[in-house]
Amino acid sequence: MRRKPRALMDLVVCVKQVPDPGCARVDPKTGTVVREGVKAVVNPLDLHALEAAVSMREASGGTVTAISMGPPGAAEALREALARGADNAILISGKEFAGADTLATAYALSLGIRKTGSYELVICGRNSTDGDTGQVGPEIAEFLGTPHCTEVRKIREVGTDSVVVERAMDGWVEVVEMPLPGLLTVVREINRPRLPSLRGLMKAKTAEIQRLGAGDLNADAARLGAPGSPTRVAESFQVALGELGRSPARGPGGGSSSEGSGAGEAAPEGPDCLLIEGSAREQARKLLRLLRESGVPAP
Amino acid sequence: MHYFLSERESMVKDLSARLAGEVLAPLAQSLDEDEEFSWEAIRALARSDLFRVWVPEEYGGLGGGVFEQCLVVEELSRVESGVAVSYAASGLGALPILLAGSEEQKTRYLPCVAAGEKLAAFALTEPEAGSDASAIRARAMREDDSYVLSGTKQYITNGGVADIYTVIMLTDPSKGTRGASAFVVEKGTEGFSFGKKEKKMGIRASATCSLIFDNCRVPRTNLLGREGLGFPIAMKTLDRSRPGIGAQAVGVAQGALDFAVKYAREREQFRQPISSFQAIAHMLADMATQIEAARALVYAAARMIDAGIHDFSKESAMAKLFASEMAMKVTTDAVQILGGAGYMRDYPVEKMMRDAKITQIYEGTNQIQREVISRELVKKGGRAAGVTT
Repeated sequence: MRRKPRALMDLVVCVKQVPDPGCARVDPKTGTVVREGVKAVVNPLDLHALEAAVSMREASGGTVTAISMGPPGAAEALREALARGADNAILISGKEFAGADTLATAYALSLGIRKTGSYELVICGRNSTDGDTGQVGPEIAEFLGTPHCTEVRKIREVGTDSVVVERAMDGWVEVVEMPLPGLLTVVREINRPRLPSLRGLMKAKTAEIQRLGAGDLNADAARLGAPGSPTRVAESFQVALGELGRSPARGPGGGSSSEGSGAGEAAPEGPDCLLIEGSAREQARKLLRLLRESGVPAP
Repeated sequence: MHYFLSERESMVKDLSARLAGEVLAPLAQSLDEDEEFSWEAIRALARSDLFRVWVPEEYGGLGGGVFEQCLVVEELSRVESGVAVSYAASGLGALPILLAGSEEQKTRYLPCVAAGEKLAAFALTEPEAGSDASAIRARAMREDDSYVLSGTKQYITNGGVADIYTVIMLTDPSKGTRGASAFVVEKGTEGFSFGKKEKKMGIRASATCSLIFDNCRVPRTNLLGREGLGFPIAMKTLDRSRPGIGAQAVGVAQGALDFAVKYAREREQFRQPISSFQAIAHMLADMATQIEAARALVYAAARMIDAGIHDFSKESAMAKLFASEMAMKVTTDAVQILGGAGYMRDYPVEKMMRDAKITQIYEGTNQIQREVISRELVKKGGRAAGVTT
């Protein structure tokens, strides 16, 4: 694909308001993340996504639209995005959307993104700190019918028809060319989010946030909110480290939701580390055998 | 204490505090150890629009005046005085252009200073002219449509890193206090070079060096105002910038106090936190009270200036004098409270003490400030002095 420098990019950034990760706790009775009394912030990785988008707009012109699905209070997260350089903000909100899992969320967001008209790139944070699934970005791409690329740590080139990005793998880097329009999810490494600017803060205070309800999106109500959610968090609890017989050097970050998303932690070095070779199928077989031999309950 | 900041003023203060915490705090120790000027910090300040704060809107600024500038400087100084000084000094360097420049000059220079794209610096001091500013020797000789500058300026903050320099040069030695003029000289002009970077006790992240003018030719359009206005422009500039030094002093003292309180709560001796000992607790009480008094004075002086009150030399000098004397005492006490640890460079307070010292010296030594204040008192006579409605 020919890669001429791109001019005028319309970018969309998905933003989620989450409880401050520093204060995150799980209610042991309900098994859900406690939100009352905890300061709500923009999901940290979404700030990296926003920074990537704003930098691209500065280089090539165009617009950055921040979009979020959430309760009315999520408008604050969108104002934060405006203060940090977003041009427009859209809030998808209404009781129909409540209780959504990642699928229902991605469905709603994809409808909102479609409504913005044409866009070249959608950028999301790799995962949120509360749900921590990393699913919404790829699901949005599927609903939009566009390609996607996850765990982007660097955007190398932006062309008229494609982008070239680096993906952060476990100890190595993958370089991928993705056609546009498309979707990226980014990791922390990609940039250092700028702080808001004074003019941004002033603008954000009075800016109009476009609100979209289920009707505005022509959504299929059965696919929204709790009714539209095939999955449900059954239980959240904190895992005591060392249950599997060896404590890792670092455990998962404080107190939130589902056990072990496990992605992104580097394998410890040394004689205790065994690298399993072979095709994916062969590796899976070998791993299963090793787990059973070691006495660990395995599926 | 509540100072009834407007929403906008609170926004400026909070953003400055965030920037200081997120950008400056991680850099503070290394910038001091390496005596390094941080363009990263400058870029962050520029991106957040903080250089725009005091510049009028018509030149790309936000029209916040001296008070908002003081809020920024105070919050930055709480964390890293060297960067705070570099930031403030850029304002100082551009101020003569705002006060005395033509519309064309203001439009030429102020927008890029407001955007943080270029830094400014103010140059009055010379090897033979510190407190005795009238003893400057650097000359500007008129030749047709230009001036040729020769001489040396010393100890110039932002020297070498700034692009825009406002310099006070003698145009007519026979005219005494009416014998100097203010010029704008840009970095890169032929005949304008820099001396070596000074090695300082404190504010080591700020760049300080000499300016060397060797037959440096500048167009007549770089003269600010008229010939002979150099000293009045300089004095007017310094009067307005003194509260900013007061704000630096308040900020660094507050940073030192905050650390000392935290330390005193955690450090145990004789099986209790040292904050429970009256000797320490009373020191902390005095430190906090003095800081608040200085803050109130600085804010009051700044608000006076922004309100357009004509006569504020005395108040602005008082703010600078009181706050800087306070800061030296408070930072020294903070070191004392930390004891042996306070003396170690691994802890931030000894740096704050080194940073505080300069506030007693530059932009008019505290001895000069006392001259300014006493002259105003004596000039106005007993009853008028101190009566302000």
